[in-house]
Amino acid sequence: MEHIRLPKVDNVRLLDRISLRRSRVGTLYLTATHTIFVENEAGVRNETWVLHSLVCSSEKQAATASGCSLLIHCKNFQVLNFVIPRERECHDVHLSLQRLSQPERPDELYCFSYKPNIDAEERRQEWDFLDLRADYRRMGLPNSLWKLSSVNQHYKVSDTYPADLFVPESATPPVIVGSSKFRSRGRFPTLSYYSKENHAAICRSSQPLSGFSARCLEDEQMLEAILRSNPRSDFMYVVDTRPKLNAIANRAAGKGYENEDNYSNIKFQFIGIENIHVMRNSQQKMMEVCELRSPSMSNFLEGLESSGWLKHIKAVLDAGIFISKAVAEEGVSVLVHCSDGWDRTAQVCSVACVLLDPHYRTLRGLMVLIEKDWISFGHKFSHRCNHLQGDPKEVSPVIDQFLECVWQLMEQFPCAFEFNARFLITIHSHIYSCQYGNFIGNNQRERTELGLREKTHSLWSYLWMNRADYINPLYRPDHSQTQGLLRPSTAPYCFKFWRALYNRFDRGMHPRQSVEDYLSAIQEETQQLEEQLASHKQKIAQLEQEQEWRVPQKAVPFDKSPTGWTFCNDLANTPQDYTGGFFTSSPCQPRAPITLQTEESNKTYESILSNGSDQESGIADVSCRSPLSEDSTRDPDSDEAAYSAS
Amino acid sequence: MEFSEHIKTANVEDVVLRQPLHPPGRGTLCITGHHLLFSDREEGSCRQVLLLLRNIDAIEKSVENLLTCSGLFSNAGLSQRLSGSSGTITIKCKDLRVLQLDIPGMEECLNIARSIETLSCLDSMLELYPFFYRPSNASLRDQWGLSSLERHYSQMKELHDRWRLSTVNRDFSVCPSYPQAVIVPKSTDDDMLEKVAKFRQGGRFPVLCYYHKKNGMVIMRSSQPLTGANRKRCTEDEQLLQAVIDGSDKGYIIDTRSSQQALQARMTGGGLESKSCYSSWKRLQRQMERGKALQESLIKLVEACGEESNNMDRWLSKLENSKWLSHVQTALSTAGLLAECVERDGHSVLVHGSEGTDSTLLISTLAQLIMDPSCRTLEGFLTLLEREWVQAGHPFQQRCAHSAHSHARLQQESPVFLLLLDCVWQLWRQFPLALGFSEALLLRLATEAYASDYGTFLGNNQQERCALGVKENTHCLFQALLRPRERDCYSNPLYENTELAIWPSVHPQSLQLWRGFFLRWTPQTHHLEEVQEEIRNMVIEWGKLALSSPVST
Repeated sequence: MEHIRLPKVDNVRLLDRISLRRSRVGTLYLTATHTIFVENEAGVRNETWVLHSLVCSSEKQAATASGCSLLIHCKNFQVLNFVIPRERECHDVHLSLQRLSQPERPDELYCFSYKPNIDAEERRQEWDFLDLRADYRRMGLPNSLWKLSSVNQHYKVSDTYPADLFVPESATPPVIVGSSKFRSRGRFPTLSYYSKENHAAICRSSQPLSGFSARCLEDEQMLEAILRSNPRSDFMYVVDTRPKLNAIANRAAGKGYENEDNYSNIKFQFIGIENIHVMRNSQQKMMEVCELRSPSMSNFLEGLESSGWLKHIKAVLDAGIFISKAVAEEGVSVLVHCSDGWDRTAQVCSVACVLLDPHYRTLRGLMVLIEKDWISFGHKFSHRCNHLQGDPKEVSPVIDQFLECVWQLMEQFPCAFEFNARFLITIHSHIYSCQYGNFIGNNQRERTELGLREKTHSLWSYLWMNRADYINPLYRPDHSQTQGLLRPSTAPYCFKFWRALYNRFDRGMHPRQSVEDYLSAIQEETQQLEEQLASHKQKIAQLEQEQEWRVPQKAVPFDKSPTGWTFCNDLANTPQDYTGGFFTSSPCQPRAPITLQTEESNKTYESILSNGSDQESGIADVSCRSPLSEDSTRDPDSDEAAYSAS
Repeated sequence: MEFSEHIKTANVEDVVLRQPLHPPGRGTLCITGHHLLFSDREEGSCRQVLLLLRNIDAIEKSVENLLTCSGLFSNAGLSQRLSGSSGTITIKCKDLRVLQLDIPGMEECLNIARSIETLSCLDSMLELYPFFYRPSNASLRDQWGLSSLERHYSQMKELHDRWRLSTVNRDFSVCPSYPQAVIVPKSTDDDMLEKVAKFRQGGRFPVLCYYHKKNGMVIMRSSQPLTGANRKRCTEDEQLLQAVIDGSDKGYIIDTRSSQQALQARMTGGGLESKSCYSSWKRLQRQMERGKALQESLIKLVEACGEESNNMDRWLSKLENSKWLSHVQTALSTAGLLAECVERDGHSVLVHGSEGTDSTLLISTLAQLIMDPSCRTLEGFLTLLEREWVQAGHPFQQRCAHSAHSHARLQQESPVFLLLLDCVWQLWRQFPLALGFSEALLLRLATEAYASDYGTFLGNNQQERCALGVKENTHCLFQALLRPRERDCYSNPLYENTELAIWPSVHPQSLQLWRGFFLRWTPQTHHLEEVQEEIRNMVIEWGKLALSSPVST
């Protein structure tokens, strides 16, 4: 509270990002957790809630006659442009937000103050929802080839690794410890995925400290042990996900990569994925393109190209494909590393898992996968997502790229994934929101120390409870697309720009009708009807058994359930800016009602909006009305609601 | 005339056919006056590929006199291979498919290639396949076409107050590219129309193309006025337009050229409606690419899509460089502007460019789809195409003579119709429940416009079609598309009528490459087709249950 310099400012204007002509006037409130903008036009009560922890930057711009402009960029790609009448007020809001959005101590994080109405026992169950050991059991582990090692209990060998690790049966503690001393941050080779069909495994580590000539017998033995854990194969791949030049440069610092001469039967391979700094800049460039006010098609495509973003996504997917093919088609084990083994390695291993194993393409499977390859193996969420005030050079959208790779795959194989894009976007949002404890801290050790299990809630069980929202109606476990290894094409034209994430809040850009929602509705209805039919049949059978005369049933014409058809009404649609400001002076408003929908259809739109806004604003409390839904219900010009990013 | 004189070799055995999405096949190749027929002779399969020669855009041939061991059929036919020469013909189709034929025997190969080259671009229209196509399930006496302007007019009762049907063009003498009947303001008589026709390029005087029932405003279309360098006037033209906006304060003219282009047109006898002479009309210049530039754009895009490169930067830069998506964006936003003028601003609009047969039709069609729910059904859409493209005189024969692969010198080719279909696809993507037809229909139309069994897209206008006896001697595509089986395939299972306008988003982020067309022959697109199938099944399943199940009490 002490950080709020000014809790309330009146007469603030919220500008529409796409067309500056549209703006809304209201009051800006700063609370301990949110910035809230309440529109105060007559009879209207629109609210826009922005979680402080989602604020990425706030820029105060030079004052003009109309006021002082404050531009807020959020980590979920929302952009808000406020104009505050007096510069002093703007300054105060700016400073408050800067402080509020960048907590200095972990206990200031939102997850510690987020208190949904859930008791302690339920909270414990929340955290037990996902069990990594169960996933290893699913893979068939431990078995005669791989064992659970207790070597990293209390994080003694590697403080960024989890306590439970699977290693080859033949790897003795001295070998493991010896190998760990030869690897950056002690991150020795350990199992990430095991294919019980052919015993091939994906292992991960950090780079070896080989410098120009150093060797380590234990590390060589460790790789030998991994190779021997795959009895049918006489060699293994070692994949360095860095560009070769970067790896060579690391040798000068006493690090580097495996020398094929020193390790028996390895095939060494570079896969040039760029480092976190390149990725950060690339995303930044892409976001600048996304935020252009009215770009031409050429502006956009040129900008997209020069950002290099899709090229990087392709590189990650290419690497995943290489590994998945090695495992599934060649039956060869792979050791993957980059520098520290927590960014590119996490990306590549998890993408390979999605390609390899249909389980990771289910709702629960993807959660487990993120828990395994990202959270437990120590992807530095806290640093990469800038949860706490820290070094801006540590920030990088590494996890964004993983989620996008999954999305790109979903676009190619629409029937192969149990979840929809909304699921990915919700996860993305909560990785940054700090509302749940899952992504707090940089590794398991830190999370244990913070007592997250005791003090915060878990996203996974929240998502599971609301899974109806995240089911892909086209998912068919038995579809030919779904089976076994996915073989995506990585021809450049297969990669698309992910509008639903990066321009998420520009509602005018998205399709105005959703096939997916429609299908979900009819799917649900089909199920109900099938059940009805079954119960009718049962009744008939019963009646016949009782040898009664069948009462002629009057067929009631089927009443189309509203759920299936609501979407047709909520077009909530206005002309785009085709005119370039041409109609500003013409009296088009009085005619507007022609295209407006009825009161009823407004409501359906609200229900859609509120789904999303819950997650955006971090208000899951039952007692609290969803802020954005207000926005559309009472807005007489619901066109605006549909178009303007609130 | 005899096609046989162009066919030196009619049959070749032991030909290998490679085509996308299929494993290579070995079999017999036949060439007839209109078709290439390949029958697979592999064990267990009896695949046949029938390709309309008209669909072939370009071929490349290469012959070898040396022994080539393909390795593909190492067990078979080694002896033939040893016997010497062979050749390969690469066939590039107008539907963007690329096929390859390996033909044993150099002479046979050259003969086949020569036949294809001649027969794929026959000059005489009467020799084209539609005049020979006689399907067993249809008769030449079946109804031809879906509607006519006469019928359209008589159905639109609300028009009758202020608009009349004129048959001034009954013998095509006033405007060769217009149909025999047109709708014009009641207050303009036929004499006036003849005068106005002389003042408009190609005689395309302003006619009604859409009446907006909600507010009585209309879209008119025409060609450019022939003001010339000395700024000629035509009072009848001014009176006609005044009659259009009778009772309203103003109208808009959307000119699909830039101001500069429009002014330059004066030098060659064309021009624009000046402010002083058409004081109640406000002109909006919206430059749209046309003609050659559009064709080149298509060629570049198809080339980019066909490239095997693995380089993302290269792909994006080629996609950008083709400018195709920019043309899509311009077309949709100009159509959006047109619809906005009518629906939201409540004024009538006259649309024209120079000839009024290309971009004019493009945006008037799109605007109607945006505003008018009756155009969005399968039947409504086909009727719209018939009225606004076939009858309104889009020169299909010239525009669709060649597609993107052809090496022939460009003449009048321009993929305006393809651009329309792409824009409609974008609409369909953004409003997947609002259009009554499927992507498959758009793909079918894209193919049929370039090479067809049917007579619908033959010729450049109604006059030519009458002269050729298209109605009497060919079958109608639109009728065929509405037969029950076709209707199932071409309707959108998710369609639900909405009375609202469907305003497309024209942000670059909202527009996508039409993969279904441009990358049609890749396996990825095949996955997406499976999805459409899946959706259809879901809806059918649901429909069955919904109909059969009484609501439980």
